[in-house]
Amino acid sequence: MSDAAVVVEDLVKRFGTFTAVDRVSFDARRGEVLGFLGPNGAGKSTIIRILCALLRPTSGRVRVAGLDVTRAPEAVRARIGYMSQRFSLYDDLTAIENLRLFGGLYAVPAGDLDARIRWAVEMGGLSGREHELVGTLAGGWKQRLALGCAVLHRPPILFLDEPTSGVDPLSRRQFWDLIHHMAASGVTVFVSTHYMDEAEYCNRLALIDRGRLVALGTPGELRSAPLGGTLLLVECERLGEALAVLAQTPGVREAAVFGDALHVMVPDAETALRELPGALAAHGLRCERIEAIAPTLEDVFVHRVGTAP
Amino acid sequence: MSWRRTVAIARKELIHVRRDPRSLLIALLLPIMQMILLGYGATLDAKHLAVYAFDRDGSQTSQALLKRFQASPYFDLVRTVEGYADLTAAVDAGRAKLGLVVSPDFSRRLAEGGTVTVQAIVDATDDNTANLAMGYAEAVIGGFSQDVQLAWLRRQGLPDRAAAPPISVETRTWYNEDLESRNFIVPGVVALVMALVGALLSSLTIAREWERGTMEQLVSTPVTAREIMIGKLVPYFVIGLVDAALCVGFGIGWFGVPFRGTVGTLLVATALYLVVVLGIGFVISVAIPNQLGASSIAILVTLLPTNMLSGFAFPIDQMPAPIRAVSYVVWARYYLTILKAVFLKGSGLAALGGPLLAMVAYAAVVGTVATRAFRKTLD
Repeated sequence: MSDAAVVVEDLVKRFGTFTAVDRVSFDARRGEVLGFLGPNGAGKSTIIRILCALLRPTSGRVRVAGLDVTRAPEAVRARIGYMSQRFSLYDDLTAIENLRLFGGLYAVPAGDLDARIRWAVEMGGLSGREHELVGTLAGGWKQRLALGCAVLHRPPILFLDEPTSGVDPLSRRQFWDLIHHMAASGVTVFVSTHYMDEAEYCNRLALIDRGRLVALGTPGELRSAPLGGTLLLVECERLGEALAVLAQTPGVREAAVFGDALHVMVPDAETALRELPGALAAHGLRCERIEAIAPTLEDVFVHRVGTAP
Repeated sequence: MSWRRTVAIARKELIHVRRDPRSLLIALLLPIMQMILLGYGATLDAKHLAVYAFDRDGSQTSQALLKRFQASPYFDLVRTVEGYADLTAAVDAGRAKLGLVVSPDFSRRLAEGGTVTVQAIVDATDDNTANLAMGYAEAVIGGFSQDVQLAWLRRQGLPDRAAAPPISVETRTWYNEDLESRNFIVPGVVALVMALVGALLSSLTIAREWERGTMEQLVSTPVTAREIMIGKLVPYFVIGLVDAALCVGFGIGWFGVPFRGTVGTLLVATALYLVVVLGIGFVISVAIPNQLGASSIAILVTLLPTNMLSGFAFPIDQMPAPIRAVSYVVWARYYLTILKAVFLKGSGLAALGGPLLAMVAYAAVVGTVATRAFRKTLD
């Protein structure tokens, strides 16, 4: 038996003449946290919805938990948990009533239901508020309740579409602890996000841009993949002036302010390391430090993903 | 079909109704309101019609005639006026539905054994009331006329028989013995309320999920389209039955409408009718994904034909042939036929085979369409 929880081959999804997903192929292993990173409108949500059998693919093959999503959509839905982008539990039901509803919809064995609801309430830190209407709960609680509803039936695969958008940093951190806890128990987790720090929490990342999969790998692999040059860190006086000088210097492809230093992309590191301090000095700017550095995920993202129109 | 999932949906739907004041109002208050409004307001009977009289004779005989009008339950002699202009002014202003003019030679000519005419002016803006008023007025005057003739014959020493017409009619009004239009309207109100409540509430079910953004999460679960439909409609089916019981109970207990059939017959017909109206509301809800639009269409589609073409307001036999043909499509027509028969005739299931069969067919068609209407996809 294959270890792949999800297999996607040549997936295409068109809405009219618009191609939302363009020949995407990848697979995900059991217990892996796979992140979808990409600008808004890149097609992240569309891919997740197809994997959850909510949208039909135009062409290509998608197997989730060993099942074809177009042939056995209901069987796929029984084996996955899904949290949609917008919070979509019932505001006029209490937390417990929502959990009970989804327990029923996923046909959680009646004998286990109470214990699992208790577990979900504790996991979400909802103890004491479980009988309040969901509409009155704050974002972080809602998010964890939605996760509880999505995993009540212990699905082997979990899809989370921008689960932490609009949630405070502390709640985000708690949420990610829960995700890793689940992955550790063998659950395959798909997460879409546009937070760079969250991307670092993923085992592997899929970079999506304009419907295409532009890169796939661990955060480390993505950072060390050739960007067509070397990234230099330059620390010097008067960053603004220095940026203007370097942008004019031959052999510099890109330069940008990054915190209290400059990130400079050059095709030839050796020459640049030798010549750039001199170029700055010619304008009366003393270079305090210059060295080649590993790019951050954000550097990779900006380089690989064209800004969406 | 999974029982667990269907029950889960039904339970959630019931919570929505319980916590939504608007739905509660529609489910509980609307039926009673309709019953009171229509039970009292939509009466077709003409009683206590205002009469103004211009008695130019002023004799004992003419007073006796006017007393007859006063004694009739159909008329109230509001005032005797002293001039023709006052009389027409009263009719113009709508204060009088009927204006009577008694000629100055009224008593003299009757005493001589001659004939005399009484003028009756009827406000015929509402032709139904005018027809009734004319009929009642003729009956009152006819009765008085016969008594005058009888008295005259006796004075002449002739036998009473000479005054009596050779043939008389003995009418028996069946089913609605007292000719109370309320007895005919109340069963209609039941059909109207059920159509309104059933279609209105069910038209919100799917639209609400889209509007609140909960649909995506719902369809991501393994619940099937049919389980969603049945789970969502069962609570409204029960509410519909409760409303029907409320309306029928109110009609019998408050308005004194006779109920001669069996509860079983009523239940079978009502259940079928509910399947039809709930199914129609559900299909509308699938087609129009916002609550306001869906509920407006639901009201339009159910209320209008139920009012106009079911035989509730206008008798179907009196409609022109093309309109009558259209009325066959109106599901409420069959339910109304059954309701009236159950209330007033006491008919059982066997006697109502035709309309019941039509309703079974209707329920089957609507049920099938509703099952196919909703698909679990976001495409």
